[in-house]
Amino acid sequence: MPEAKKKLKLALYWAASCGGCDIAVLDIDEKILTVAELADIVLWPVALDFKYKDVEALADQSVDVCLFNGAVRNSEQRELAELLRQKSKVMVAFGACACFGGIPALANQFDRESIFRRVYDTTPSTDNPGRVRPQTKLSVPQGDLHLPEFYNAVYKLDDVVEVDYYIPGCPPPPELVWEAITAIVEGKLPPKGSTLAGERSLCHTCKRKKEDKKVTAFHRVHEFVPDPEKCLLEQGIICSGPVTREGCGERCLNANMPCRGCFGPTPEALEHGASMLSAAATLVEGKEEAELAEVLDGIVDPLGTFYRFTLADSLLRIRNKSLGLEEKAEEGEEAAS
Amino acid sequence: MPGPKIGVYVCHCGSNIAGKVDMDALREFAAELPDVVVSRDYKYMCSDPGQDLIKADIKEKGLERVVVASCSPRMHEPTFKRACQDAGLNPYLMEMANIREQCSWVTEDGEAATQKAKALVHSAVNKARHLEPLEDKTVPVDPKTLIVGGGIAGIEAALKIAEAGKEVYLVEREPSIGGNMAKLDKTFPTLDCAACILTPKMVSVAQHPNITLLTYSEVEKVEGYIGNFEVTIRKRARSIDEKLCNGCGTCQEKCPIKVPNEFEEGLGMRKAIYTPFPQAVPNKPVIDRENCTYYKTGKCKICERVCPPKAIRFDQEDEIITEKFGAIIVATGYQLFDPSVGPQWGYGRYDNVIHGLQFERLSNASGPTGGKILLKDGSEPEAVAILHCVGSRDTNYAEYCSRICCMTSVKFAHLVREKTNAKVYDLYMDMRTFGKQYEEFYNRVVAERDIYFIRGKGAEVMQDPETGKLLVRVEDTLLGVFREIPVDMVILNAAICPRPDAQEVAQKFGIQRSADGFFLEYHLKLEPMKTANDGVFIAGTCQSPKDIPDTVGQGAGAAAEALKVVFAGQVTVTPTTAEVRDTLCSGCRICIPLCPYNAITFDEAKGVAQVNEALCKGCGTCAASCPSGALRAKHFDNRQLYAQIEGVCAE
Repeated sequence: MPEAKKKLKLALYWAASCGGCDIAVLDIDEKILTVAELADIVLWPVALDFKYKDVEALADQSVDVCLFNGAVRNSEQRELAELLRQKSKVMVAFGACACFGGIPALANQFDRESIFRRVYDTTPSTDNPGRVRPQTKLSVPQGDLHLPEFYNAVYKLDDVVEVDYYIPGCPPPPELVWEAITAIVEGKLPPKGSTLAGERSLCHTCKRKKEDKKVTAFHRVHEFVPDPEKCLLEQGIICSGPVTREGCGERCLNANMPCRGCFGPTPEALEHGASMLSAAATLVEGKEEAELAEVLDGIVDPLGTFYRFTLADSLLRIRNKSLGLEEKAEEGEEAAS
Repeated sequence: MPGPKIGVYVCHCGSNIAGKVDMDALREFAAELPDVVVSRDYKYMCSDPGQDLIKADIKEKGLERVVVASCSPRMHEPTFKRACQDAGLNPYLMEMANIREQCSWVTEDGEAATQKAKALVHSAVNKARHLEPLEDKTVPVDPKTLIVGGGIAGIEAALKIAEAGKEVYLVEREPSIGGNMAKLDKTFPTLDCAACILTPKMVSVAQHPNITLLTYSEVEKVEGYIGNFEVTIRKRARSIDEKLCNGCGTCQEKCPIKVPNEFEEGLGMRKAIYTPFPQAVPNKPVIDRENCTYYKTGKCKICERVCPPKAIRFDQEDEIITEKFGAIIVATGYQLFDPSVGPQWGYGRYDNVIHGLQFERLSNASGPTGGKILLKDGSEPEAVAILHCVGSRDTNYAEYCSRICCMTSVKFAHLVREKTNAKVYDLYMDMRTFGKQYEEFYNRVVAERDIYFIRGKGAEVMQDPETGKLLVRVEDTLLGVFREIPVDMVILNAAICPRPDAQEVAQKFGIQRSADGFFLEYHLKLEPMKTANDGVFIAGTCQSPKDIPDTVGQGAGAAAEALKVVFAGQVTVTPTTAEVRDTLCSGCRICIPLCPYNAITFDEAKGVAQVNEALCKGCGTCAASCPSGALRAKHFDNRQLYAQIEGVCAE
């Protein structure tokens, strides 16, 4: 890597995420030292002790790149997304959750109230006789305490702020992270809005042997050991390879596991889950409707399977898609208070 | 960046559209849409002055897209495409919004109609913005026609085409052509015998130099498209050398195995080596391998020993014939409704309850009784009941009218009276005598002695436990009484139904079926022989129940349709096909088995799917299934469709 003239300013933030994306940055191993040479990190909650006020104190557009991982589940995450957008020249949605909602967005099958009811009332392990629920504000003698608001839905980053680049993956593979860092440092970034991964679907790089696809029964991965040479779909395992963007390095396939779809849809596939559902349904062999239905019933949790990482990116608009509704709710609460 | 200049043309269609939809409001709404530079309305957009409005605007205002809001594109899409082309605009840059069939005709509510018309126009304008110019292509046409089904419809079509000097292949599943008509005795309203009028045509088919007759054969696979169908035909082994066989019949005489004859509707027997009926064409027997002793045990071979020209070939194999055709006529006929489905009719439970085709065989001089109308015990009936509408005009079975049953019932009544001394009770709901000379024939039979027409549906057939006679229960709606009529024989005039393999045949030929199960014509009134699959035509009772005159008419009509294709010599194929974008295709192969036209192959070298545009019909199945969006249906791609959806859903 060539010497950078000036040290870059880099921010990393985690919103609704598991922390894996932050670890993925460290997975570039000793190259992290190069990163430290090239860039000053101004925020990285998982590793370094900076405060939000430190970020607030920075001049607008003074951060060169922000790698933002995680979806937006609550008002704190949204505030930070907006703050970092204001401070950063380049905003990168880093990882599947920031790009498409990821695993947290599967909660979009339920609204806030049903989630709270489950978590604070009905789980067997809940002991909450006072039926206490999270509040955004609590008044105590010492003053008012504020907590972030839990939104009615989970959002991907670009629902909240403008995003310049997308690095998908759960988490993004170290090679891709390093490539992206290199591109940033060298200033060789593609047009804004690009996804820093391949253009075709994963089948393109998958080495498995593909023949005519006909499936008489769907299986889950724990049920048998699939032939490592053959297309997994042809063996009845739901593999999201055909609908998912290439560039991950086939980590799952190499471990004889199906693609779970963490790189999101290919650029021309407008709807990740529906495209895979349609692909899977077309594989089923049989003529009678009942026969077909029986095979398709073998797919456990279709929504969670096909939209595992992309429910917040779906046209289905499960739960409200527009933040407008959250804002209305906020206004409503303010008016009420 | 500004979009292309769009012109919107709203048609009143007289009062058809303007009677419901507010034309001024729609025109003004369209004018406000982005990129719309001109919006006009006119009384008849399809008229010359209407088209001139469009042409003038294309030339003077430099329109780059045209949206016509009028009737269904099935009516006038070609008209407006041509108008655009005349004015120098690629015809595929024109989009139609159907505000008649899908809008003004389907509501009484003018306000709702106007609102929907706006949504449809918005949708069409949105799509138009994304349209791309496409070029029509022409391909040469194979001059041969394939006709599937050797009944009277197929025979008529084959003769007409052959006589016009074009080559025909006639494929028939049974060992002989003739179809159901060959089973009939006399035909209404003239009472000439079916065989007398049919067999000369059958013989002409066999002799005509332009006709290749393939009996005992079935179409296995149809590929390709109008002008260039590639068809695989399985010619089943007759186990006979057809060139050597002289049709002497010795083998049939000597064969020791007797099985029920399908042609006699279960009333008569045939041998294991047989021709279905004496006038069969070709007059060459087949060996029914399921019942032949030699194929079961390896022994017998009597037929081989007695055959004078030594034509028996036990080791003969099925022959696979592949041939190219320019046009296809499907004339696969009907199957009679199975009355045993309804226990109330007693069919299959009581002797002497028979269906119409069984009666035809009983009455036929070459039938199992030599033309005598006899009960199962060999005696002559004293009273016969004829029931109309068995399985038709009945919400429990088929809702449609089977059309021929009234007239065949009248004919049966006449034949029973002609040949026996039995009283005849004809139980009808309505007497439908729609054809030429039919009412006259009915009046003639009504006047015959001892035929009693009772207006009422034969509700139930029972057996009198004391006399053993059949009892037919009916509400005589003219007298207003319930009656139980004792008879010896009941003829159930069962409905004409689609054949049991109609779905398979429809898929094979890429045609559709209507709700009643018959093959679907392109337009009920104006295109009765065309189908949605260009170059594939239908004729006869596979399209709907018909009598012989109508069937013959359609056979000839389908011949005209086929001749139109083969004489043209070339055919225009639509450019609205699918295409693979190589840079996006990952070679997953999901699309390949889905294509109903086998138009997609896998390019091993490039590792991508490939569409044969000549085979592709643009159905879009592959584009919808393509997980990565690499396959695109031209003129209906995702961008265009999503824009349309957004237009329809816009407030």
